[in-house]
Amino acid sequence: MKALVAVKRVVDYNVKVRVKADKTGVELANVKMALNPFDEIAVEEAVRLKEKGIVTEIIVTTVGPAVAQEQLRTALALGADRAILVQTDDEVQPLAVAKILKGIVDAEQPQLIILGKQAIDGDNNQTGQMLAALAGLPQGTFASVVKVEGGKAQVTREIDGGLQTVELSLPAVVTTDLRLNEPRYASLPNIMKAKKKPLDTKSPADYGVSALASIKTLKVDPPAERKAGIKVKTVDELVEKLKNEAKVI
Amino acid sequence: MSILVYAEHDNGAIKGATLNTVTAARAIGGDIHVLVAGQGCQAAAEAAAKIDGVAKVLVADNAAYGHQLAENVSQLVAELGKGYSHILAPATTNGKNFLPRVAALLDVNQISEISKVISADTFERPIYAGNAIATVQSTDAIKVLTVRPTGFDAAAATGGSAAIEAVAVAKDAGVSSFVGEELAKSDRPELAGAKIVVSGGRGMGNGENFNILYSLADKLGAAVGASRAAVDAGFVPNDMQVGQTGKVVAPQLYVAVGISGAIQHLAGMKDSKVIVAINKDEEAPIFQVADYGIVGDLFTIVPELTGKI
Ligand SMILES: Cc1cc2nc3c(=O)[nH]c(=O)nc-3n(C[C@H](O)[C@H](O)[C@H](O)COP(=O)(O)OP(=O)(O)OC[C@H]3O[C@@H](n4cnc5c(N)ncnc54)[C@H](O)[C@@H]3O)c2cc1C
Ligand SMILES: Nc1ncnc2c1ncn2[C@@H]1O[C@H](COP(=O)(O)O)[C@@H](O)[C@H]1O
Repeated sequence: MKALVAVKRVVDYNVKVRVKADKTGVELANVKMALNPFDEIAVEEAVRLKEKGIVTEIIVTTVGPAVAQEQLRTALALGADRAILVQTDDEVQPLAVAKILKGIVDAEQPQLIILGKQAIDGDNNQTGQMLAALAGLPQGTFASVVKVEGGKAQVTREIDGGLQTVELSLPAVVTTDLRLNEPRYASLPNIMKAKKKPLDTKSPADYGVSALASIKTLKVDPPAERKAGIKVKTVDELVEKLKNEAKVI
Repeated sequence: MSILVYAEHDNGAIKGATLNTVTAARAIGGDIHVLVAGQGCQAAAEAAAKIDGVAKVLVADNAAYGHQLAENVSQLVAELGKGYSHILAPATTNGKNFLPRVAALLDVNQISEISKVISADTFERPIYAGNAIATVQSTDAIKVLTVRPTGFDAAAATGGSAAIEAVAVAKDAGVSSFVGEELAKSDRPELAGAKIVVSGGRGMGNGENFNILYSLADKLGAAVGASRAAVDAGFVPNDMQVGQTGKVVAPQLYVAVGISGAIQHLAGMKDSKVIVAINKDEEAPIFQVADYGIVGDLFTIVPELTGKI
């Protein structure tokens, strides 16, 4: 079966993001960019399913600017077979990404579609669920275990109270949580090989999607700063402060 | 303008996050209807009817909604939601699971985890792990919003007397089924909404060592949380994770024990009123947000602290 994996280029998770002085957004000039961590886990899961002989081909896709090819190449180096770049320089919000992905699903007919649970830039946590709704498919979100057997997927999900397992008919959409797997590093030979793997370029219009955003960002502010407090020397001092100064115990 | 609030409940009682979501709805303004979807959820519906400020409760009691399967619940909410200006759900794992489907079915974007209402179409929400706060305006006909509970006070759970109306819509997409669940059981308060939270990180060393935190928590009447590293290492279950991709808490007192203070962890606790950090590394970034820091070995400090309060 085919697997489709959607990935996004985002600011590296180690970067401490700063708001621009004019408050129009966050500072992205000269900031390290990377594959969204949850998407790296999504690629890894597809590769493991291919190694198990369940998945036969892995298609990786992203909607974004031309430079997002870097992240597609990373995914190819990790084991994806071919890539589709849906190129646009405009801001694309989750509904539009989901519509474009639905177009790719219609064209490629994958049995398994894997996304990250959340892109760590916008922290939206929406796209996989939206795609599943548009395509009329079941979903296993926040997955920590995925088993594909007998034409069904069993997904164990991280939920507020603990873990829940659901069974989904295929095709299905899965979104990854951190514990699903630990992604491998791409080896140098695989990085070289990835350069020769096929990468198609499309546009949102190829999938009939023109409205890319319906939510306008009016401004972006830095969060209220917390001042560092004091260091206490002893537990007695700590207890005294908590009781008499902070009055929280 | 009328607003549909999706209730988080366990069929018997309404969960606290629902009360914060009602407050967000009141800040938007308009008639507030609460939808209770579940199986055998009449008691939860009666509790919802008592929430202060609620005009009407809709109850969809059907086997299809028993385990809150997103494929089924989303169709119900999208159908009922068409008549509303706003649809709100708490930003719990359940709300995050089904509400984006509702938005897609209504052909609108969702605004995730609003932390403040500016006006009926304009909201604040944290982005980049809370390192920036965006003010966003929606041009969509129906505003679909998840609400970050810590951004809003809880509405009073009593005082209201809304009418309860049964909804006969049964939507079973037939593509997913519930297999089972493993719910962590604890006599301690729930993380969300606790007044005091004690959290442990990788520095705890193993799961057994968490017992010293449980003792401290029991003395304080606190909930116990954890960093992702402690969850990944298998010390504690995932439902204890605090952070960007876990639970967001804002208690009166947060005690971080053996936690370094990564951006992703801070995203889940830095709105706490008072933060205490216990860490042997005086350079640990957690001290930059802590009101009271104490440098030293947690295995001596925590038991001493438990003894002295
Ligand atoms: C996409 C993504 C999402 C993430 N989401 C989250 C999230 O939601 N929540 C979260 O917490 N993390 C999250 N993380 C992980 C995060 O980046 C950090 O790795 C994690 O928070 C570190 O946990 P820690 O502080 O327990 O461990 P460490 O960073 O290893 O720190 C352990 C600390 O314990 C101290 N220590 C050790 N022994 C002792 C002792 N005996 N006495 C006192 N102090 C001691 C050390 O000095 C150190 O500061 C995420 C990461 C990614 C990539
Ligand atoms: N522009 C994009 N192109 C491809 N996939 C995306 C894009 N944006 C989000 N995704 C996928 O959707 C997941 C959730 O993103 P979000 O809903 O934005 O938090 C990500 O982890 C990706 O797998």
